[in-house]
Amino acid sequence: MSEQLYTAKDFKSDQYVRWCPGCGDHALLNSLHKAMAELGIAPNMTAVISGIGCSSRLPYYMNTYGFHTIHGRAAAIATGVKVANPDLTVWQISGDGDGLAIGGNHFIHAIRRNVNINLVLLNNRIYGLTKGQYSPTSPRGFVSKSSPYGTVEDPFRPAELIFGARGKFFGRCVDVDGPSSVEVLTASARHKGTSVVEVLQNCVIFNDGCHSAVATKEGRAKNAIHLKHGQPMLFGENNEKGLMQEGFGLKVVTLGENGITEKDILVHDAHCEDNTLHMKLALMEGPDFPIALGVIRDVEALSYEECVHAQIKDVQAKKPIRKLEDFLLSGETWEIK
Amino acid sequence: MADEIVVKELERVVVRFSGDSGDGMQLAGNIFSNLSAVLGNDISTFPDYPAEIRAPQGTISGVSGFQVHIGAKKVFTSGDKCDVLVAMNPAALKTNVKFITPQSIIIIDSDSFTKKDLEKALYNTDDAFAELNIHNQVIDAPITSMCKESLKDSGLDNKAAVRCKNMFALGLVCWLINRPLDHAMHMLQEKFSKKPSIAEANIKVLTDGYNYGHNIHASISTYVVESKGEKEKGFYTDVNGNLATAYGLVAAAEKSGLQLFLGSYPITPATDILHYLSKWKELGVVTVQCEDEISGACSAIGASFAGNLAVTSTSGPGVCLKSEAINLAVIAELPLVIVNVQRGGPSTGLPTKSEQTDLLQAVYGRNGESPLVVIAATSPTNCFDSAYMAAKIALEHMTPVILLTDGYIANGSAAWKIPSLKDYPEIKPNYVTKEMQEVWKPYMRNPESQVRYWATPGMEGFMHRVGGLEKDFVTSAISTDADNHQIMTLTRQAKIDYIANCIPELEVQGDKDADLLVVGWGGTYGHLYSAVEKCNQEGKKVAFAHFQYINPLPKNTEEVLRAFKKIVVVEQNLGQFAGLLRMKIPGLDICQFNRVKGQPFNVVRLVEEFTKLMEEK
Repeated sequence: MSEQLYTAKDFKSDQYVRWCPGCGDHALLNSLHKAMAELGIAPNMTAVISGIGCSSRLPYYMNTYGFHTIHGRAAAIATGVKVANPDLTVWQISGDGDGLAIGGNHFIHAIRRNVNINLVLLNNRIYGLTKGQYSPTSPRGFVSKSSPYGTVEDPFRPAELIFGARGKFFGRCVDVDGPSSVEVLTASARHKGTSVVEVLQNCVIFNDGCHSAVATKEGRAKNAIHLKHGQPMLFGENNEKGLMQEGFGLKVVTLGENGITEKDILVHDAHCEDNTLHMKLALMEGPDFPIALGVIRDVEALSYEECVHAQIKDVQAKKPIRKLEDFLLSGETWEIK
Repeated sequence: MADEIVVKELERVVVRFSGDSGDGMQLAGNIFSNLSAVLGNDISTFPDYPAEIRAPQGTISGVSGFQVHIGAKKVFTSGDKCDVLVAMNPAALKTNVKFITPQSIIIIDSDSFTKKDLEKALYNTDDAFAELNIHNQVIDAPITSMCKESLKDSGLDNKAAVRCKNMFALGLVCWLINRPLDHAMHMLQEKFSKKPSIAEANIKVLTDGYNYGHNIHASISTYVVESKGEKEKGFYTDVNGNLATAYGLVAAAEKSGLQLFLGSYPITPATDILHYLSKWKELGVVTVQCEDEISGACSAIGASFAGNLAVTSTSGPGVCLKSEAINLAVIAELPLVIVNVQRGGPSTGLPTKSEQTDLLQAVYGRNGESPLVVIAATSPTNCFDSAYMAAKIALEHMTPVILLTDGYIANGSAAWKIPSLKDYPEIKPNYVTKEMQEVWKPYMRNPESQVRYWATPGMEGFMHRVGGLEKDFVTSAISTDADNHQIMTLTRQAKIDYIANCIPELEVQGDKDADLLVVGWGGTYGHLYSAVEKCNQEGKKVAFAHFQYINPLPKNTEEVLRAFKKIVVVEQNLGQFAGLLRMKIPGLDICQFNRVKGQPFNVVRLVEEFTKLMEEK
């Protein structure tokens, strides 16, 4: 491996980090600093755009260019930044409220256009900054300050929105799981096009334990599967379990039982154009299935801003006029002498 | 006989083309305006069309109109009433009878005045003219059947042949106003360059219409409007306000050396700006058609943050949606041009009609103390200068600028001398310099103008964070300190107030001791100018001051206004600018004249009103 140009410290700002002690955002921030160092893109070529919410304070803690914008609009603003200057590496930081409620429209359209932004979706299934209302990812029946008798609506599952909008990259990590977060964040940045990383994030004050099944190393060993492209889908404390296809669905099997060997286990193909299995993997949940972590989908495609600029170049190759005055004189005119 | 026909030389003629919205009246009107401009006349046009793309055929609601005023000398409005009315069906005649005078000549397609046509247009009798009490000279040409006859050997089917009837009407008008057809033919060849058979058919019908005029032996006077060469020398083209706005933005991008970025969402009557800019790729313009109005503004703010000349174009309802984003540009102190092509409101209102009802929305329509710059374009061609200045002020003063135009000037067209950008002022954003690097903070300002220094992503050594939260005046870190908020609020206001030093002073046309000062703003300039001119010709002492800069107001505003004993503020709303002036200049006594009809002012009506006001003591 070549020597890294930057360290995590190069991406840290001098601002005091004001999240609650124990908040999952702290861990994610550290992972993001590390991922940026690993990517080796200069801080001055990096822009971090956020909306509103606890996690959207993140740009203030980055020693990059940063813009803490308005509620829900980060994807639209990030789109403008990237299209205006495609040389920048653009990150978007949004929470589940920011990205999926008030900003749902911009979220799906950024993904549909496939703008090359790295969208980090911190999902704690709660509104933290307004002190504890249910969010669009809170489960049905969830009791909160604005749903004292429990919610009577079904939540979004982010993967369904992303795949519904023809998303080309989807990864998932757990806030406190540093190495795996760095791996997924780095992969998301290397992917060209909109890449969404769903961070399963704990809100220690208003929704503590919302991702308890995967919050510890032991929990993840038991209740999660870390997907890697090209590798068999094995999981469990001793990698004794695996995933197989059954009919239209997936099933969990144990190696050695019913003559099942590693050869029978599905091998992960993150690059597969068809997203059917990616969707199935992304929607797995306990207790019957492990929660999928890692890079679930990573498919190459043209990105929006490169096509915007390629179109301009194409037209310019055919039409030599660059100055307005020449342009006007080349059109319908008459002369007064 | 043709030689018995009297030819009258006129200073100006107003022609109104009207018909069903599928009858091609806009095209006929456009060609006529264009060929008149090429002959050296001054022109001012007014397309007046329904919101529906195709309302039921032959009905009142489906009538589409295009009025053009051509003059030997300068014309300032599209005209109150018309000298020639083309009415392709009874509905058009009924809708436009209010625009004729006893002297107007009316051209109709007699084939479309059958009992059925009259019923569709809700006539009670079978004589449309008697019913509408019209006693004018009428050229009733069987246009539809002549089109069919003319094109029977062309290979076109009946439907396609009938579609050429607008050209027959145009041919008749060209005969009536003594216009040669060659430029019209050239335009048709260009327009239908990919369908030569259609071009040929249209040209044939156009010529037939012209010849029909010659051959009818009607004792109708024809007109001639000479060009009285007072125009500046140079190359001219025909622009409407939306086109001029788009050109102005491109000009500002070229002059500042920045990439032009437009984030927009289609909305009547502003959409053409998106159409134009998305077409001009060779000029390097970047456009994004966004998912909604909010995204239009937000993507532009992102582009501005990244260092582009960023613009979002819309109409009033779109501004409602963008207002939170505009406020982000206010507090982040980023350059942004917001074009509002005003239409009738509130809500969806009258999408295709024109008003000046978004003035206070532009000045105040956001939460918090949120000062920004408001400029109002005064005519179709002035949209170019106004858009250029909007971009210049936004970039040099790090502020959003709202450019108000309106449906009337956006769609109305005029002849425009192609400018040389050499004659336009430099655009120099207040960028950071390398020497500042050690001490620079994002909200560090030029002490005089209060403009913060601009660092854009990509620059080495100037990484920084901005955002919607209040920032510390000194450190630029987030701050909720009470005294700091007071300082920042005053600073943002002072920054906008300072711009009064960078804009032209208010000019008064006419006597300094006039009995009445007419005050207007924005797109009503032409009508107000014409009305004041008429008053002066009648020997009345009326002066005129028209505002292009609304916020901040020109520095000498108070001094100018206080010098007149009687002031009337004339606007197409219920008195928004009058109220703003009263607030900014306490104790100023002003009268108001307000109309909110979605239609341009009527010059004769304005003259009456001004006369009445002067007589009141």
